[in-house]
Amino acid sequence: MADSSVVYPRVIYPSRAWIPVFAGKTPSSLWRVLVCFFLSVIFQSAQAITVRDDRQQKVQIAQAPQRIVSLLPSLTETVCALKQCHKLVGLDRYSNWPESVKSVPRVGGGLDPNIESIVALKPDLVLAAGSTRGADRLQALGLKVLRLEPRNHADAQRVWRTVAQALHVPAADSERVWQSIQSGVQAAVQSLSPAARQQRVYFEVSPAPYGASESSFMGETLTRMGVANILPASMGPFPQVNPEWVVKAQPDVIMAGDSSRASMLQRPGWGRLRAMQGQRLCVFKQDESDMLVRAGPRMAEGAKLMADCLNRAAAQADTAVGSAAKGALP
Amino acid sequence: MNTNTNAPRWALLLLALGLAVVLLGTAAGSQGWQAWWSVGADTVSRQIVMDIRLPRSLGAWLGGALLGLAGAVAQGLFRNPLADPYLLGSASGASLGVGVYLSLWGGSAWAMTGWLGLGLTGAAFVGAVLAVVLTLLLARGVQQTLRLLLAGVVVGVVLGAVTSLISLLQPQVLQAMQGFMLGSTAFVSWVACATMAVVLVLCVALGWLFARVLDALSLGEATAQSLGVPLYLARLVLVGVISLATGAAVAHIGLVAFVGLAAPHLVRSLVRCTHAWRLLLSALMGGALLVLADVMARAMFAPQELPVGVLTAVLGGGYLLWRVYRDADTGVRA
Repeated sequence: MADSSVVYPRVIYPSRAWIPVFAGKTPSSLWRVLVCFFLSVIFQSAQAITVRDDRQQKVQIAQAPQRIVSLLPSLTETVCALKQCHKLVGLDRYSNWPESVKSVPRVGGGLDPNIESIVALKPDLVLAAGSTRGADRLQALGLKVLRLEPRNHADAQRVWRTVAQALHVPAADSERVWQSIQSGVQAAVQSLSPAARQQRVYFEVSPAPYGASESSFMGETLTRMGVANILPASMGPFPQVNPEWVVKAQPDVIMAGDSSRASMLQRPGWGRLRAMQGQRLCVFKQDESDMLVRAGPRMAEGAKLMADCLNRAAAQADTAVGSAAKGALP
Repeated sequence: MNTNTNAPRWALLLLALGLAVVLLGTAAGSQGWQAWWSVGADTVSRQIVMDIRLPRSLGAWLGGALLGLAGAVAQGLFRNPLADPYLLGSASGASLGVGVYLSLWGGSAWAMTGWLGLGLTGAAFVGAVLAVVLTLLLARGVQQTLRLLLAGVVVGVVLGAVTSLISLLQPQVLQAMQGFMLGSTAFVSWVACATMAVVLVLCVALGWLFARVLDALSLGEATAQSLGVPLYLARLVLVGVISLATGAAVAHIGLVAFVGLAAPHLVRSLVRCTHAWRLLLSALMGGALLVLADVMARAMFAPQELPVGVLTAVLGGGYLLWRVYRDADTGVRA
């Protein structure tokens, strides 16, 4: 910010006394800050921008980054949703959306980034998850590192805004895209039938089994739909649950990843679960799971997947009741 | 013992080997073997060689040396060939430090400025040292070797359980913990090298000073006592050396397996000498082993990188097994 505040005022406004109110009264440093502020409104694109990352560190970005390395899939997706995909020069091995990023060179994983590959790419911005050693090292080597780790809906919005700012995307544009994502989520919420909304859900993230509680990203999406979760927020975002607890809680619908399907049927008592008997079980494929768990711009697609699952389950329950009623007739 | 004459020669040889591999390491990286001669040409390849490959190779050597030294001290002090640097709880303490650090990440402002100000490295070091202090407290000092060993095992198990609990409650730290447990030299900086070098010099000097006590101890505790060596002081200092050396190494390169165990064994099988030389040789051997493993880890599947801990575990485990079988066949005592 120092550069612009020194250069611009002198070139454009030769006299310091052009604003009568400030003439001769304000210390020059304050004066500069004020001019800088005004100029930032006028010359938005040419302005150095300071953003704050998840470590509460201020990162100053002088001009729009042209060579970006992203080490977290949700951040990659955010960059692309902001239409800056062409600026990505290096990615972690898990980033797989959109299709166009598949040809971008890979630089290791988020936790084991290949430091020298990244340095060799000469990026002017590195987007990394919060707490990794690699990010520290990259920063020490003089790269501009922005650490962001979206874990819930509020994080997703904050990260979205921070990345948009850092990439010098005009706020109006980024807000418009964000609003369209949010209306997508809203549409998914409204697509739920009243019966679907009455269901209680168990969302399993991995077959240990770890579940997603109300405070996880997926859990928050479910809460937004007005659907009950059998795991309360007080258990932490991804509690390891006792399979017996699930049997006792009798969820109406079970959502799970592909990896859970095999072990589910073998768990004692699970065969008698209403959701299992009624086939009210949604198993998401890997690419669908990506949409559901990544706190990024595809949250509307994720919400739609969940809404479809809930509607399908409700319809299934309906036909089951219907056929049962029919069977009871003479 | 008049068999020390070979030791200086071995020391020079191992040092030369280690340094040669460190230099070799500057040519091994993400693109295989290259970017050595083009150092002068462009700034990025200079940065890659000078600021990334050189410190990490040197860091691997220093870390390996610290672990080798700590292992030799531990084996001498506990008169047990199975003793390794992680015996006093350093490893689980460091893991716990890292676990706590990672779970506090993104938490309160207080935590961010306080504990997190240490960084992952500082957190691991503090955890490792505190674990040894806890072991000493539980063992009520260093008088009884057996009590010390037991306390170390207890501390290791309990802290390990606490770490598991943390990663259970906060599964997002699991993956990062895994990375730490496997060990990696990829993120070693010049500052880290300087820290480890200072610790290594200090620890080697202290080890050299008190090596006489280890020689006396190898004849049995009662004999050592009767020889009039400062047993209590030496134990205290040597436990301090183990803790400091292990803490510094683990904090910077993670939990690298087997180097601390294999290096002293290798030295013992190569050369018969007093503990003063054995400690020094074990350090040089550990350094050479780890930097060799690190260069292999980098070059084998380039641009993919193998965690160096995996490689040392496989190689070290294989070596020990071979030793055991060879000794069983020939009846030679290790």
